[in-house]
Amino acid sequence: MFQAILQSFTTSINALWSNKVRSFLTMLGIIIGVGSVIVIMSIGAGAQNLILSQIESLGTNLIAVIPGHSEEEGFASVMSGFAVTTLKYDDVQSLRDNRDIPNIIEVAGYNKGFGSVKWRSESYNTSLTGTTASYLEVESGKIEKGRFFTKEEEKNLARVAVLGNDVKDELFGQSDAVGQRIKISNYTFEVIGVLKERGVVAFEDYDDQIFLPIKTAQRMMGINHIGLIRAKIDSEENFEKAIADIKIALRGQHNIKDQSGQSDDFSVRSSAQALGLLTMITDALKYFLTAMAALSLLVGGIGIMNIMLISVTERTREIGLRKALGANNFHILGQFLMEAVFITVLGGLIGIAGGILISFLVSVGAQILGYDWAFLILPSSILFALIVSIGIGLFFGFYPARKAGKLNPIKALRYE
Amino acid sequence: MAKTTNLIEVKNLRRTFGDGVQTQALRDVSFSVKPGEFVAIMGPSGSGKSTLMHILGLLDRASGGEYKFEGKNVNSLGDNELALLRNEKIGFIFQSFNLLQRATVLKNVALPLIYSKNKSNRDARAKKVLESVGLSHRLNYFTNQISGGERQRVAIARALVNNASVIFADEPTGNLDSKSGLQIMKILNRLNTEGHTIILVTHETYTAECAQRIIQMKDGEIISDEKVEKRRGIHSKDVIK
Ligand SMILES: Nc1ncnc2c1ncn2[C@@H]1O[C@H](COP(=O)(O)OP(=O)(O)O)[C@@H](O)[C@H]1O
Ligand SMILES: [Mg+2]
Repeated sequence: MFQAILQSFTTSINALWSNKVRSFLTMLGIIIGVGSVIVIMSIGAGAQNLILSQIESLGTNLIAVIPGHSEEEGFASVMSGFAVTTLKYDDVQSLRDNRDIPNIIEVAGYNKGFGSVKWRSESYNTSLTGTTASYLEVESGKIEKGRFFTKEEEKNLARVAVLGNDVKDELFGQSDAVGQRIKISNYTFEVIGVLKERGVVAFEDYDDQIFLPIKTAQRMMGINHIGLIRAKIDSEENFEKAIADIKIALRGQHNIKDQSGQSDDFSVRSSAQALGLLTMITDALKYFLTAMAALSLLVGGIGIMNIMLISVTERTREIGLRKALGANNFHILGQFLMEAVFITVLGGLIGIAGGILISFLVSVGAQILGYDWAFLILPSSILFALIVSIGIGLFFGFYPARKAGKLNPIKALRYE
Repeated sequence: MAKTTNLIEVKNLRRTFGDGVQTQALRDVSFSVKPGEFVAIMGPSGSGKSTLMHILGLLDRASGGEYKFEGKNVNSLGDNELALLRNEKIGFIFQSFNLLQRATVLKNVALPLIYSKNKSNRDARAKKVLESVGLSHRLNYFTNQISGGERQRVAIARALVNNASVIFADEPTGNLDSKSGLQIMKILNRLNTEGHTIILVTHETYTAECAQRIIQMKDGEIISDEKVEKRRGIHSKDVIK
């Protein structure tokens, strides 16, 4: 049995080698399909890994309040392009000072924008974050040099700025930033601190930002609403309660009588939930790629079937001869099935190699973009890809192989 | 028990081809062959010689009549049993050689052994028969690198590799020049003296002359079946005339 398989194997290699280009083209569908399977599984694992680490580094004890009404799971309306102006600076204050929400440790408000910063002849485009003095506590940020702004500075429209680590490097290089004066859109600010390096978390590059007192930022941007409020909770277990308390407090603040949530002009969710959005996006991508992989595997399989049918016709005389020499239907069926599987497994191996390469490039790309992305190839995904390859060879090779096995030997021998 | 059993025994064998307009390739063929015989089948083209060979060689089934191979009724055997019999008992030699182009001489000869129960030492066994047909120096040649006569000797070696008891040769010299043809006939003659039963289809009288018995066919029927004095060997003067 083993020898017969080995023999079929050599026969298969010979047959394939004599039609190199045709064999390769036939394999292409399988190569692409199996490659996609590997990439999908690798990126899936990488993304999951990333999301978990993001949740961890963002902190599992943050609650986000965003302006506008939204359904529980979907995108908040602010993300669909409308500037919703229902959150105000006073909302931050009321949550900060509210005695009815005992689980809140600290609350921060945010406004985001972009701007050009100048120091002497240096100029740099970066994100501007208007925030409250409570930022460091809420985000677990760390000061590398100088200090963060105070509550007084936040309220007094002080022209002070704290730089993210990258911004400091870009503008000042090795020289000291604290105490220097920089210009943001023609307003002069004094640099009072530089934050420690932190990296990218949840698509936000923490180091490529300038932090300004929120009221100063609002004045500069010409707005008086707030883009986001984050509240830090004492413990994960109190999430549900804290979220409910925050909702009640904000309804009071906004004069909303309806406690059902239908009339809310804000949305409250945990940061883990916000990252759930990320999961949703990567999942959608995964399903799309899976569909693509399935499609190319199907096309590849049909290609295999087609080429095997051609091969059976081309080798009709050979089949007749083998039968004359004593091969039975199963020998012939086995030989052609083996050939089909050989093509798909070879295609599969090339696909696996290509998939690993692409997954590696993706991880390198993600790392260059600053994400903490691990290059992950699960052995199970390679095994799965191999099984899929074999399965496709068996499935699509069966019909041609059976046809070959059933050939009448004298008709096959007479075939010209 | 004293009577030697027939190796081949056919009675009222018929073979028709086609569904609508039918061709009667064999009408009513009866004869038998004893082990060790050398039978030549002659007759005009289309008289049913190849059809008869295919049925006798268990590659095809008769439309009617009876066929006993080694005393066993072949009609009742399944396809896989026939395949096994072909593998173990029967050797074919075709006019057009029917060698695999992609394989070497050695691999071509070893080919029947991969379908055999005894798969051991395939290459060694193939080498041995190749030696007996004088092709030891061609083992690793591909079949398009050797002459027609050599190709037919490869085919003979292949027919012998599993120690077939009967060899069917359908116009084995038809594609060869007379010198190579003579060489093939010498080998067949030698195999017969070594005990192999040989059934040879030919339309060349000189090749038929190695046989002990000549069956003449016409329109799917046997018109004569006579014993001839077997000549002691054949010589080149037979060919040159
Ligand atoms: N597979 C087949 N299908 C249809 N007709 C066939 C087939 N094989 C042989 N025949 C017909 O049977 C007759 C005998 O053919 P064949 O046995 O090849 O003759 P020979 O070998 O004596 O030349 C011919 O008329 C041929 O056309
Ligand atoms: Mg013929």
